[in-house]
Formats: sequence, C-alpha cells, structure tokens
Amino acid sequence: MGAGIAKLVAQRFALGVLLLLAVSVVIFVGTNILPGDVAQSILGQSATPQAVANLRESLGLNQPTYVRYFEWLGGILHGNLGTALSNGQPIGPELLSRLGNTLFLAFWAALVAVPLSIILGLIAVRHRNGFIDNLISASTLAAISLPEFFIGYLLIYFVAVRLGWFTSVATVYQNMPFLDRMNAIALPAATLTLVVLAQMMRMTRAAILNVMQSAYVETAELKGLSRFKIILRHAFPNAIAPIINVIMLSLAYMVVGVVVIEVIFVYPGMGQYMVDHVAKRDIPVVQDCGLIFAAVYITLNMLADIFSILSNPRLRHPK
Amino acid sequence: MADTLLDVKNLRIEATVYPPDEPAHDITIVDDVSFSLEKGKVLGLIGESGAGKSTIGLSPMAYGRGGVRITGGKVMLNGRDILKERTRGVRRLRGKEVCYVAQSAAAAFNPAHKLMDQVIEATVRHGSAGKDEAKKRAVDLFRRLGLPEPERFGNRYPHQVSGGQLQRAMTAMALCSRPDLIIFDEPTTALDVTTQIDVLAAIKDAIRDTGVAALYITHDLAVVAQVSDDILVLRHGKKVEHGTARQIIEDPQEQYTRDLVSVRSITHEEKKPGDSPILSVKNITAAYGKGPAAVPVLKDVSVDITAGQTLAVVGESGSGKSTLARVITGLLPPREGEITFDGRPLARRLGSRSRDDLRELQMIYQMADTAMNPRHTVRTIIGRPLEFYFNMRGKERDARVQELMDEIELGNGFLDRYPAELSGGQKQRICIARALAAKPKLIICDEVTSALDPLVADGILKLLLNLQKIENVAYLFITHDIATVRAIADSIAVMYRGEVVRYGTKSEVLSPPFDDYTDLLLASVPEMKIGWLEEALKRRSMESAGN
Amino acid sequence: MLLSLRRIPISAQVGILVTIAFVLAALLAPVIAPYSSTVVVGDVWEPMSAKHWLGTDNLGRDLFTRLLYGGRITLFIAALATALSFTLGASLGFSAAVIGGWFDEVLSRFVDMIMSIPTLIFALVVLSVLPSNTVTLIVVMGILDSTRVYRISRAVAVDVNVMDFVEAAKLRGEGKIWVIFREILPNALSPLVAELGLRFIFAILFLSALSFLGLGVQPPQSDWGGMVKENKDGIVFGIPAALLPAAAIAILAISVNLVADWVLNRTTDLKGGRGNG
Repeated sequence: MGAGIAKLVAQRFALGVLLLLAVSVVIFVGTNILPGDVAQSILGQSATPQAVANLRESLGLNQPTYVRYFEWLGGILHGNLGTALSNGQPIGPELLSRLGNTLFLAFWAALVAVPLSIILGLIAVRHRNGFIDNLISASTLAAISLPEFFIGYLLIYFVAVRLGWFTSVATVYQNMPFLDRMNAIALPAATLTLVVLAQMMRMTRAAILNVMQSAYVETAELKGLSRFKIILRHAFPNAIAPIINVIMLSLAYMVVGVVVIEVIFVYPGMGQYMVDHVAKRDIPVVQDCGLIFAAVYITLNMLADIFSILSNPRLRHPK
Repeated sequence: MADTLLDVKNLRIEATVYPPDEPAHDITIVDDVSFSLEKGKVLGLIGESGAGKSTIGLSPMAYGRGGVRITGGKVMLNGRDILKERTRGVRRLRGKEVCYVAQSAAAAFNPAHKLMDQVIEATVRHGSAGKDEAKKRAVDLFRRLGLPEPERFGNRYPHQVSGGQLQRAMTAMALCSRPDLIIFDEPTTALDVTTQIDVLAAIKDAIRDTGVAALYITHDLAVVAQVSDDILVLRHGKKVEHGTARQIIEDPQEQYTRDLVSVRSITHEEKKPGDSPILSVKNITAAYGKGPAAVPVLKDVSVDITAGQTLAVVGESGSGKSTLARVITGLLPPREGEITFDGRPLARRLGSRSRDDLRELQMIYQMADTAMNPRHTVRTIIGRPLEFYFNMRGKERDARVQELMDEIELGNGFLDRYPAELSGGQKQRICIARALAAKPKLIICDEVTSALDPLVADGILKLLLNLQKIENVAYLFITHDIATVRAIADSIAVMYRGEVVRYGTKSEVLSPPFDDYTDLLLASVPEMKIGWLEEALKRRSMESAGN
Repeated sequence: MLLSLRRIPISAQVGILVTIAFVLAALLAPVIAPYSSTVVVGDVWEPMSAKHWLGTDNLGRDLFTRLLYGGRITLFIAALATALSFTLGASLGFSAAVIGGWFDEVLSRFVDMIMSIPTLIFALVVLSVLPSNTVTLIVVMGILDSTRVYRISRAVAVDVNVMDFVEAAKLRGEGKIWVIFREILPNALSPLVAELGLRFIFAILFLSALSFLGLGVQPPQSDWGGMVKENKDGIVFGIPAALLPAAAIAILAISVNLVADWVLNRTTDLKGGRGNG
C-alpha cells in the first residue's frame, strides 16, 4: 500500500467536505431565496407591518444573504447553532439531546438489522431459487412497498394494544434507567429494522451472488475445496467491500426513515424536532436539522466509498 | 487396458433453459459421446461454439457449469465411476487427481490473494505435500514454465502480472498437486499470437516432463494438432470423428473434419497496386486525451489503398490498428497528417464531412451483435442508408433491399426479422449489406471475422472477395490473423506499437528478408501441420544463436 | 410484438388488475361513493357495518367514501409529480448522455449534490418556507425526484450511446434527433418503463409520508397519508381505522411493483442473439 491509496482516500474525504459545504449553501439559500417574505409567513397575513419589520430586524433579514450565510456557518463551526424563533431558546442543547436520542434508536436498530440481513442474505444465496430465496425476494418486494407508518401502526395495533407488550408511545427522558429506555424504543427500533431489512438483505444477496458466480470461485470449487473454505477464503475477502457498502447505505437510509418513525411513536428525536418546527416555520431550527441530517448522510456515504477504496486489492497492491 | 486413465461412455449432458415469456424446458447439450484416454497422453477436443467441448471437458471433474447436468453415461477415472461419487469423493478428486486450466486466468485467479497462496492451495489442502514442499514445487514449476524471477514471482498479486504469465501460473497451479489429468480449456485463445506460441510451448514441455495426461479443449485445429496425441472432433454435442492427431490432420474421413482442416486455405491472387489511390493516409499522428497527459497511439503512419483492392492492416492488441480506423472515419481527429479520399482532402472531423464522403466510406464492425440496433428489423437496418443517402422510399427501397439480400446470399424470409433471430454469420452478412447499400468506394472492415467460428468466417471472406469483384469496392481490412490476411489482401501494412513497421504488396511483405517483428509474427502463427511448433521453436533458437 | 395475456406471469396479472381497479375507483369515486366525503354521517369511529362498510372516521365521516376520495387525491398528485419528474429527468438525462462535454459535467455534478441530501429532509427544508398547497407539493416532489430519473436515464443512454450501432448511425451522418429517438430510445424504453412504475410508487409513499407528517395535503381535503394522521389516535384504543388507508397505499404500491418487476425482467438483453451458428 502506497501513496496512491492515501491520495485516493484524501481526495474522497476532500470531496465529502466540499459536498457538505455545497449542501450548506443549498439549504441556506433554499430557505432564503424562495418566494415570500419569511417574516411575513411566520407571522401570518394579519400581522401589522411594524411587527413584520421588527421580526425582519431581529432575524437579520436586512443584511445581504451571503453575510448571513457566513454568520450562520461560522456560528455552527463554533458550536453556536443560533436561536429558535418559536420559543427564543438556543437551539444547540435541545438539538444535541435530540440527536443523541435519534442515534440511540438508530444504533440499536442497526445492531439488529445488520447481522440479521447478512445472515438472511447468506441463506438466500445458499438456497438460491429455492423456497426460502423466493420467500425472501417476495417479502422484499412487499417491504419496499409498505409505508413506514403502516408497519409502525401494525406493530402498535397488534403488539402493543392487542398483546400488551411494550408501549406504543416511546417516551424517553434524561437519566431514564437503561432497561426502561430499551423497553420504550423496542417498537420504534423494530419498525426501523423492518423498514431497512428487506433492502439490505436484497443488496447483500446480490453482492454475495456476484462474487459466488465469479470465475475464481469456480476455480476454488474445481480445487476440491469445501463449501465453507470457499466462502471463507475466496468469497468473503471479495464480498466484504460490497457488504460494508450495503451497510453504510442502509444506515444512511435509516437516517431518513427515522423521521417518520419518530413521529409515529412520539419519540423525542431529531426527526420529530425538525417536523414540529417545519410546521411552525421556525427556519433556524429547520436549517440546522437539515444540515445535520445531510452531514450524517454524506459522512456515511463517504465512509462507504473510502472503505471500498481501502479494500480493493488492485489499489492496495499497485503494479 | 491396464493404463487407461479416463474412460467416458455414452455421456449425455442436459441443461434447463429459461427463455423469457416461455416455460422453462430441458435441452440436450451432449449426446452419446464416448472416448478414453491413456496415462500420459493428450486428447484434443475440438469443435465450434455450441459443440459441447467445454461441457464434456469438465465431466471428469463431475462439474456442470451454470446448471448443466450429466444425465447419462459413465465417467470412469482410475477405474471408478466418478458420477457415483458423493460430494466428499468428488472434492477429493478435484484439485488432486484432476486439475483445470481456464481460458481466462485473469478471471480465474482470486484478486485478493497472492499467486503463491493460490498455486499451492489445492496441493496443501489435499495433503499431497506440506506447505514448504509445495512452495518448492511451485518455484520449480515457475522456472520450468519460463516465468520471470521464479523465486519471487509468487509474491505478486494476479493484477500485477501479464495475461500470458497468468496463463502459465495457472498451468503451474494445475501441475503443482501432480494430478493424473489436467483439463486445458482454451488456455491460449485470449492471448496474442506471439504470446500464444510461448505459452503453448511451455504447456507442451510441462506435459512431457511430468507425464500427466491432458484434455486439451480448443476451437483451433492448428493449435490442438501441436499438443495432442489424439483428436476428437465434436459438433452440436455429438462425436464427428475420433483419431490420432496425424490422421485427423492428414487424412480426415468426415466431410466436416475436412472442412475444418481446409479452413483458412482460401487463396487470393494479389492485384498490382494502381497509380491513383482511393484513400491516401499521410504522416498521421494521433493520441487519446489532451495536453501532456495524452497517450500517443499512432506515430507517423502513411498508407495508400488502390481502388477496388484490399489493404490488410495487421497487428496485435495495442498496435494501433483500430485507432487508424477511427482516424480515417473521423471519430478521432488526427493531431498531424492528412487523409486524401478519391483525390479530395478529407475533413479531419466526422462532423465537417460532406454526405458523399460519409456515404462512400463505410464501416463493418467486429461484433455484428452490437453493430445493429436490436429493435430494428433487417428491412430497416438495410433500408435506412437507402432512404438517407438516396431518398428511396416504399417499393423502390424494398426492391433494392431484396437485391442486396440476394447479393449477400441470404435470399427471402429475413426482411422482417430482428437481429436476435439471426445466427452470427447471418448478422455479419446483414452488416455487409448495410455497408453496400451506400454504394461505397471503400469499406473499413474491423476484425469482421474474428468473432466467428472458422467455417463461418471463411464464408464471410469468400463473400467479401466476391463482392469486391462485382462492386469494385476497396477494403481496409483490420485483423490480427495472418491466415485472414493471406486470404484477402492485395497489400499489407504490419503495425507494431503505433507504427507501420512493414508495408508493401502481399508478396513483398510475406517474403524474406523480414524485419524482426514481422518475422516473429509470421513464425508464431500456428500451421495446420503436425510438428509445426517444434520447427518454429527450433528456427527461433537458431536465429537467436546466430545473432 | 403484441403480448398475449396468457404469457404474462400470474403475479404481473394480479398487479395489473389491482392497479386498474384502484385507478377506476379513483376516477369513479363520485359515482361509487355512498356518502359525501365531508359530511358527518355517524358516530366517531363506528365499527364496520352494512351501513358503513368500513366504519366511520375520527369525526364520524364514512370511511369507505373518504378512502375513495383520498385515493383520488393521492393518485392525482402522485401521477402529476411522476409526470413532471419523468419529463424533466429523462429529457435532461438523455441530452446529457448524447451532448456530453461540459453540459453533462455541470448537470451531473449538480444532481450529485442534490442527491447527497436525503429527499425527505430536502423536502422538509423547502416546505418550511413555501406556501402549503397542491401545486407546491407537485413541483417539489417532481423536481426532487427528477434527479433519480436523470441518473437512470443518463446511465441507460450512455450505455446505449457507446454501442457500435449508434456509432454506425453517426458515421452515416444521422442527426441527434434520429440518434436519440430511433437508436437510443427504443433500447432504453423497458428499463425506463420499469423505472416509471418505481417512481410512481415512490411518489405515493413520499406524498403519504408528507401528509402523515402534516406537511402534505392540507385539511379539509385528505389523501391517504392524511387519513392515517386523522385516525392514528384510535389505534391505541384498538380501533383500526388508520390501518385501512395505510393498507390501501401498501396494496397499490405492491401491485405497481409487481408490474414494474415484470417489465424489468422481460427487458431483453441488448446483445440478444443466440450466439454463433
């Protein structure tokens, strides 16, 4: 491994940072240039001109857009996320605790979804075109067609209401005992898992199948190696990169899926926080949330790419 | 027979196909094929595509590729029927008693592991030797197979060595566990001809030195004649003829075998070059990319083509011969140099050429499959140039299309078919008709026969020669195959690394004294003759001794 | 090449029939619906009965009627958004593939950037400042989704564009119009039709999610997502009213998916052919 691969990784990292900057511009400009006066739309049509002017002043709307953009961005880089319009509170602490809750939920969902989908993907490959494989691909088709709230409310209806297991409202608070917290997130985490499981499984299956159909696996088979040895020595080292890619992309997908699920279960995460403030047209909060969601998404995608660069033998051992 | 190693009896192999919009059904790929092989002997399996030769070749490993199943017959190896073996027994056989060398070693090696680990894997796994012993054997084999730095060769990864070296490494991998039988599945087909001869010699020596038996699968009779003791000719999954290599080559009994032996023996009397060339390429230099990073591909290339004659441009991969075609068609504007067509200068870019320039200069591609729009019928494919250049419509156009169909010897019943409903040879004929429809003065033929089976390719060459007489059209014929050049060329340009190293009439170029590269190229082309390989190698070593 | 119905696999047949049934139900809603969609005709959350086939909703309106009208709105907005995303995405994607050069470069980088923001998040950001109405919804959904269509149509067109038969057409001197419409489009059609189905499903799911979050179709009108929101409080009391519109979305999405899956599978390989002979 040489300078070549380090350069590629550095390039991909730089691209990620650049992308994030571009996205921050898009989010900021998107909330500023669009038609309508922000102050007016916050206060409603019945507001007095004086009230609108005051709000404009306090929002700094009289300054040019680019000045406000750099102030906003500079603030974020210094950990100052601004003030919410709706209640005048600083956004930072609130958002941080919400982000913590969201990551907690996503973490436990991923912990179940990732191994489960890989195991199911392997089973599907092992019994290709058999009953299990067909069942898995049929359920995939169904799962990508189901809205998150359908899965969520089905679980609430049957598991929480009918069976009385777990709670339908996932209230969490600070210093909550760990087991209570786990009990609260059981259903939202299950929903999130079900939402991403099918997609992850299908992508894992495709990645492994692609490797299993390669000529070098045939060579291994014609060497008389055992099935286990073939998968471990010949398929796995080549399948690991695409599988990690699948995991990263699915985690990125979870970040989006979590928004609706938090609303279903009234879970105090960042998605719920953002949705509430979109309805209130509290733009500073929306901007911050949007940027953080995008940052998580871009970072995960970047990690997926960097990992495939690192695991490519052609790049690791240049000519 | 005490020393019979492999005895295949009444082999029958089937596969299930899943055509779109049709129920799945079984087809027979191999039907009632029997042969046997003694220890230390080499049997060549020869046939065109679809003959079932690879499928038969894999049967001694009890392996069916892509859902193929052995459904009848016996495969006796060392006295036991391996089709009756269970998984464990089959695994003990593969990689120990029988080893496999694939056509594309580049795909058959795992990119994630070093060559040495892969070469000794089967040997160690089956307990034929310890790790150190196996490594010693591998290094010895690397040396014998002429690989560079045999001590350190195994430390490299597959993508770090060349195609010819990988093919030899795969042979080493097969030999390493000292099997009784090796299956060579077209091991030299993907290689350039000057590389092929070395790999072929290495394989032949290795077989002789180790006393291993082999099944050698190929579509090239001239190649198989060099390495085999016996040859089995196959067609459509059935046996055509089985005999010693000498008998098959020198005294074939069946008509089909005779056709295969006499393939590429078309003779063509060369015409004297005229004074006014139809196409004149002067001092062309071309490169891919821009600025200092550009990769030069053509250096100062000059050739002429006389009206109604054929210039063959010969070279191996990377010689720049296809780039020359792209420059002439205007797809890649040259950096320097001029092209004159029919006495007038030809614009460098495709976009700036007149419609007559475009019409009079046509092109036929290597892959007829991708050269025709799969959603157009034959009528549209051939009719479009008539509409486009001559404004022909309706009945007039259809009549002319039918005329062209007769010229390419396809006749009625093809006009409303789609390309997918045609065979490979038929597709290439349609492409020829499409070029002819424009009434061109020059047709560029880019490897037009190299994707076809030998007999089909012969038919296409004969058709092209015939059409040249009728239409007085000139060909710029790009190929890597000397036999094709002999069959069709009036003059020849030999290209090597972007330069024309030899240029003249066919008789001039193909007679001595040669330059080094042309000599190597000509000496490397397998001839349909027993013992050619030894002669060629002997000549070569005498020459290098003389130098 | 007419398709006979018998050659369509059973799953696709079911998909086609159900999809047609949904479209007909939406079109004929005023004829079929037993009640008015806005009038309270019974108690809150009445169970299923002969009078109210699917029961009543959170305000006592007939749920079956609401479902029919909700489907109308859902299908209408999703169809228009898909039409917009396809027209925009496919025409730009094809142009980028055929024109190439800086045009392709600029457009592709721009699309990369838009796609690096999750669609739902982007929609939330934009909807926080735009007026809440149907036109806004269609335009926002259409434009955001056109990035996906752009990517796939460009990829398909680039694949076809490098094939020898396109080069042959260019060497013949054919113009861009012939190349796009006669050479590339016929070969790109199957994957694009399949993609159309997938984009339509996505539009339905996306609209439903927005309405569920209260940011899509605004009351008193309700699409299916909005109906889930209206009735969700009943779930904890064991009243399944919210599950019905959600199930309607799921069934329609699965049906369209079955059709799209079949179209994609029967896409014939470009290289086609039976090999040599």
